[in-house]
Amino acid sequence: MSRRRHSDESDAGSQPHKRRRTSEPIEIEDRLESLICRVGEKSTSSLESNLEGLAGVLEADLPNYKSKILRILCAVARILPEKLTVYTTLVGLLNARNYNFGGEFVEAMIRQLKETLKSNLYSEALYLVRFLSDLVNCHVIAAPSMVAMFENFVSVTQEEDIPQVRSDWYVYAVLSSLPWVGKELYEKKDVEMDRLLNQIEGYLKRRQKTHVPMLQVWTAEKPHPQEEYLDCLWAQVQKLKKDRWQERHILRPYIAFDSVLCEALQHNLPPFTPPAHSDDAVYPMPHVVFRMFDYTDAPEGPVMPGSHSVERFVIEENLHCIIKSHWRERKTCAAQLLSYPGKNKIPLNYHIVEVIFGELFQLPGPPHIDVMYTALLIELCKLQPGSLPQVLAQATEMMYMRLDTMNTTCIDRLINWFSHHLSNFQFRWSWDDWADCLTQDIEKPKPKFVKEVLEKCMRLSYHQRIVDIVPPSFTALIPANPVCSYKYGDEADSSLPGLAMTTTVGNAIKNRASNEEILIVLKDVPNPNQDDDDDEGDGFNPLKIEVFLQTLLHLAAKSSSHSFSALAKFHEVLKTLTDSDEGKLHILRVLYEFWRNHPQMISVLVDKLIRTQIVDCAAVANWIFSPEMAHDFTRFYVWEILHSTIRKMNKHVQKIQKELDEAKVKLEKQQNKKQLVRIDQTDNWRFGFWLVTMSSHSIELVPETTYAVEEGLLHFFIFFIFYFFKSYLDSQTLQKLLLFRRKQSSYA
Amino acid sequence: MSIKLNALFSDSYVDISQYRDQHFKGNRYEQEKLLKQSCTLYVGNLSFYTTEEQVHELFSKSGDVKRIIIGLDKVKKTACGFCFVEYYTRADAENAMRFINGTRLDDRIIRTDWDAGFKEGRQFGRGKSGGQVRDEYRQDYDPARGGYGKLVQKS
Repeated sequence: MSRRRHSDESDAGSQPHKRRRTSEPIEIEDRLESLICRVGEKSTSSLESNLEGLAGVLEADLPNYKSKILRILCAVARILPEKLTVYTTLVGLLNARNYNFGGEFVEAMIRQLKETLKSNLYSEALYLVRFLSDLVNCHVIAAPSMVAMFENFVSVTQEEDIPQVRSDWYVYAVLSSLPWVGKELYEKKDVEMDRLLNQIEGYLKRRQKTHVPMLQVWTAEKPHPQEEYLDCLWAQVQKLKKDRWQERHILRPYIAFDSVLCEALQHNLPPFTPPAHSDDAVYPMPHVVFRMFDYTDAPEGPVMPGSHSVERFVIEENLHCIIKSHWRERKTCAAQLLSYPGKNKIPLNYHIVEVIFGELFQLPGPPHIDVMYTALLIELCKLQPGSLPQVLAQATEMMYMRLDTMNTTCIDRLINWFSHHLSNFQFRWSWDDWADCLTQDIEKPKPKFVKEVLEKCMRLSYHQRIVDIVPPSFTALIPANPVCSYKYGDEADSSLPGLAMTTTVGNAIKNRASNEEILIVLKDVPNPNQDDDDDEGDGFNPLKIEVFLQTLLHLAAKSSSHSFSALAKFHEVLKTLTDSDEGKLHILRVLYEFWRNHPQMISVLVDKLIRTQIVDCAAVANWIFSPEMAHDFTRFYVWEILHSTIRKMNKHVQKIQKELDEAKVKLEKQQNKKQLVRIDQTDNWRFGFWLVTMSSHSIELVPETTYAVEEGLLHFFIFFIFYFFKSYLDSQTLQKLLLFRRKQSSYA
Repeated sequence: MSIKLNALFSDSYVDISQYRDQHFKGNRYEQEKLLKQSCTLYVGNLSFYTTEEQVHELFSKSGDVKRIIIGLDKVKKTACGFCFVEYYTRADAENAMRFINGTRLDDRIIRTDWDAGFKEGRQFGRGKSGGQVRDEYRQDYDPARGGYGKLVQKS
């Protein structure tokens, strides 16, 4: 199959200056890349004979293409960890044929290792270390020099004033290589290895583990304890050692070439000092090993390796690596997962499902976007329709049974996954199996879970569909029919304040009144909060908000687009009515009242109100945490709104911070234009910056950045940025104004 | 030292397709340039009854949706089975192409494709009868898309 990118195929006429592929060396380089990356794929011959053939081809190409071959091999070592032993074998064969090449490769790998460590690419560095260690098995690297490198790694645990995650990584790098090379290293240097392991054991005993409860998906120890990753790996290595380092799972093509490889001369790794800790080093976070299955769960077929077996570690590592390599292409990813070498000896479907859920539920967040896992599981079901859906159903059932101790964030992800998954399979599920939840208090995890699942299912379909798919006994858990609640409708009590006004306002809107006209109409709405005459009528008037917004929302209730148009058209009116904090809070209350049976609509409209600056994030937070919303506090839609609001705020602050940083940089370049103001401080002033930016997309308000003032004499640099900015304006999109404001009250 | 190994890591779900809008104002090169930087997706094979809210729920799974424009029958002004979904960022749209394209909405496998950007008028079907072209000539019976194709209906 051609791996050419589509852009090549549609080159003709699509680009004014088409690059002509005339140079042969480029084609040969691509071919080399393809040969190396695809070795053993889609071949009728064995992997070993493919490797032998490829080694011959590459040896012949070394005089002309050595550096390219080096780079490709270094890249596969770094990026294709699931095929580690295939490529170490290849390097071993090349080293046996060409000693110098072997030496150059090892040097290149060390250089690459240093670079990845300096660039905070710790998972890639890990794969490189593992690759180097397996090269010992291929007689490329001498065992004693590998042990020496491991000793240097472990000595990081003696460093002072370093973050624990630093020493964690170096210990992990050593331990996680031992399944591949433990046997060989122990055969050659058992005394040193014992010493190494003792040091590691000591370190593991004294390190802090306060992070573990935060990262566990379930708080319960049964049926499977959620172990800290280093503890689990240590137990696995201990067991491997007890088994005299006999490891049978890893595919080792180099064994077939032992007679050739043991003739090869080995290289010594140069002494490797781990780069010193620096403040901008970002080490990987610790994690907890996710386990949901054991050998009792796979009823027939091969037995699942135990939780402390090294096989389990290797399988999980490889499956994680496959997902990491192929997550963008779900079909390829599914195919690669299902063609895992050695799959006949393990209950592969169970491992795959466990690894996928482990990633989906990872705290604080999954390594890839949530929806990827849904799409991947669907592809897997398509490829294994006779077996995988059953494993998935079993997993779902298990997770339902363990909801009581599951982390709430993980329950949320489970709900989203399950409802989305069901929507792809006609919502077929044996709901009756879960009838036990019907007798429980509706706030308990199980009925709550089912209720939230049905609500999400409804969002992806429609109310009647949900009524149809569940048994009648589940009626109490079915979500409300998502219709609006117009308080001024035909059944409204005639004494309801503002009722008469709603007709006037409604007609005005229908007759395409302008914002000013609406405001004039609204002047007649009495203010229940005020007795005295508010001449301007501009103060907070809850009745005005209710009359206007309820009427508007009612007229626009047909779809969210209609509602968006309505909010846009009457933006001015809404801004005027919600000028105060109370106004902002009230508009949210009215919105909630109107759409309380349609949480999705509330969510979508709150988002719009924030983006159009009718309410701010603080108002949303105040509303969510207000007493009136307490009854819905444990409903997931409320948290969906809160998270979405915080995300918007974060993105906004990041954007403004970036612009501020860029502005500061520009400013520093113009030192001579800066104005300095010195103020003797006697009282505690707070000075705030307001940066109001108007972009071509939306109007955004930036949170105030406050500088608290210290006692004593202070220099204040007040940047009159807008003078400077005139020179730097991107006049088509940005205009920055700086307002200088003193505030005596603290900013909440 | 680092090379990308293009042979290995394709991202084919994100590639632009062969479809080009015949009504696009500009040449092929310009259209392709817009497609490659677009944040807007065309979504096809929807049921006529699929609502904007359903589309929003599904497509929000890959990121914040900026707007949805439901495709309408030019004559009847009712939904005719397609829509546009616009994201705030290209990355979110790419994830939709990777993980939502080819999955189901309202029990139908939907198809997403890059769109050069919504312009007024593009929300209408271009079939002779007012709906989408594909509904003019198809022979099958699809209850979610008005039953038989228009040509079959007329005969």
